Amino acid sequence: MTGPKRVPAMTPNDAKRPLQLNDQGRLRHFLSLDGLSRELLTEILDTADSFLEVGTRAVKKVPLLRGRTVCNVFFENSTRTRTTFEMAAQRLSADVITLNVSTSSTSKGETLFDTLRNLEAMAADMFVIRHADSGAAHFIAEHVCPDVAVINGGDGRHAHPTQGMLDMLTIRRHKGGFENLSVAIVGDILHSRVARSDMLALRALGCPDIRVIGPKTLLPMGLEQYGVRVFHDLDEGLRDVDVVIMLRLQRERMQGGLLPSQGEFYRLYGLSTARLARARPDAIVMHPGPINRGVEIESAVADGAQSVILNQVTYGIAVRMAVLSMAMSGQTAQRQLNSESEEQI
Amino acid sequence: MTLPDPAVLLPRMAAELKRHLQAHRIDTPRFVGIHTGGVWVAQALLAALDSEEPLGVLDVSFYRDDFTQSGLHPQVRPSALPFEVEGQHLVLVDDVLMTGRTVRAALNELFDYGRPASVTLVCLLDLDARELPIRPDVVGQTLSLAPDERVKLLGPAPLALERQVLA
Repeated sequence: MTGPKRVPAMTPNDAKRPLQLNDQGRLRHFLSLDGLSRELLTEILDTADSFLEVGTRAVKKVPLLRGRTVCNVFFENSTRTRTTFEMAAQRLSADVITLNVSTSSTSKGETLFDTLRNLEAMAADMFVIRHADSGAAHFIAEHVCPDVAVINGGDGRHAHPTQGMLDMLTIRRHKGGFENLSVAIVGDILHSRVARSDMLALRALGCPDIRVIGPKTLLPMGLEQYGVRVFHDLDEGLRDVDVVIMLRLQRERMQGGLLPSQGEFYRLYGLSTARLARARPDAIVMHPGPINRGVEIESAVADGAQSVILNQVTYGIAVRMAVLSMAMSGQTAQRQLNSESEEQI
Repeated sequence: MTLPDPAVLLPRMAAELKRHLQAHRIDTPRFVGIHTGGVWVAQALLAALDSEEPLGVLDVSFYRDDFTQSGLHPQVRPSALPFEVEGQHLVLVDDVLMTGRTVRAALNELFDYGRPASVTLVCLLDLDARELPIRPDVVGQTLSLAPDERVKLLGPAPLALERQVLA
């Protein structure tokens, strides 16, 4: 046989198991937290804990992905997610390239499909995809490059699974677990992929009280299926919670008539010192960033003793290291299984 | 062939290690155990030497050379060295020395913390199947096994060796 053999995009296995797991049930792509077991999420958190320790060493690098190429393909701008993915890959000793596609070939008319085919031909072992359209990462994993590990770095309103997991690591490290926690997610839930990933993760990890707080216009239909309690009043919703997750109010939403004004939103849903006093005294405040001071959160709260917003960034590197190494390992194992079954035929 | 009892081997190893350290004029050795069996052996050695020295713990999963073949070990624990590595004399402890690949990974990891003055290698069992030029300084016992046999250390208390046959 000459040249690499292309594995067909739809193998018979795809119907029987979720796309992101390999035949052994291990992570192969990381697209969404939907359908992932508590055991697998816990394994990600445990692995991330170990990588957190690597970040405190003199040499902050381990040779796990040496010789592998991780390609960050960002169709949508993002500084924090992009740089922490780059740093995570570098700390694993992988080679990293980052493409801001929004500023490159697509503006010359190349399709998503062709861009990725080109990158695949450059022998990338892993893609981190950020895209404004929901389902982009899933589409790529299913149809473009099934034998390259695909990590979702945020797709439209759908999912931001690494952010979800870094939020879980933050909660576990500060609160010890999920069993007796009340967690409130506040703000623009409708447009938030972070909120979706957080709700799925909290539920899977056994958090008994998940609250969602926001104006009716910024809450999606069918929230109940996530097993959450919905509040429209911030004071009521924050009562005795252990964790407050604030979401960014995307200024561009203001044009859609969903909100009367920025000032009105802050008055009703902004997290101020007085508002935070409704939560437990040891409650932590989280935010995926970038924060809009005075829009969804008061500066005194964002910089206050209860804020763990910057810790989240540090944990984000460890979580991304865990996901990158686990997916690469699962993908490699799957390739081996495929070649073994080919030999048997 | 019966497997030796660690309780018999350990006092002898402790005495030999003491002689080795004295011969090399090492006053303050820093002990590092490799997860999980190596940590148990190191704890037993420290107890036998009446030492209160803190024990460093190493999980070499991130440094293994078989990552592409066998993937990431599902239960990786953080490494923790409660002392500086730079310029120190280290005593690296593992339970079973076989191919030498684990020790290779451990040495690489240790050097990411700093440049030790020396590393002394201590193993409970040497299975004499080296694939790399690595030799122990102190060994409990050397054994030759059939190709499909392995030995596992059970612990932490009491320590016992168990023979396993590969499927």
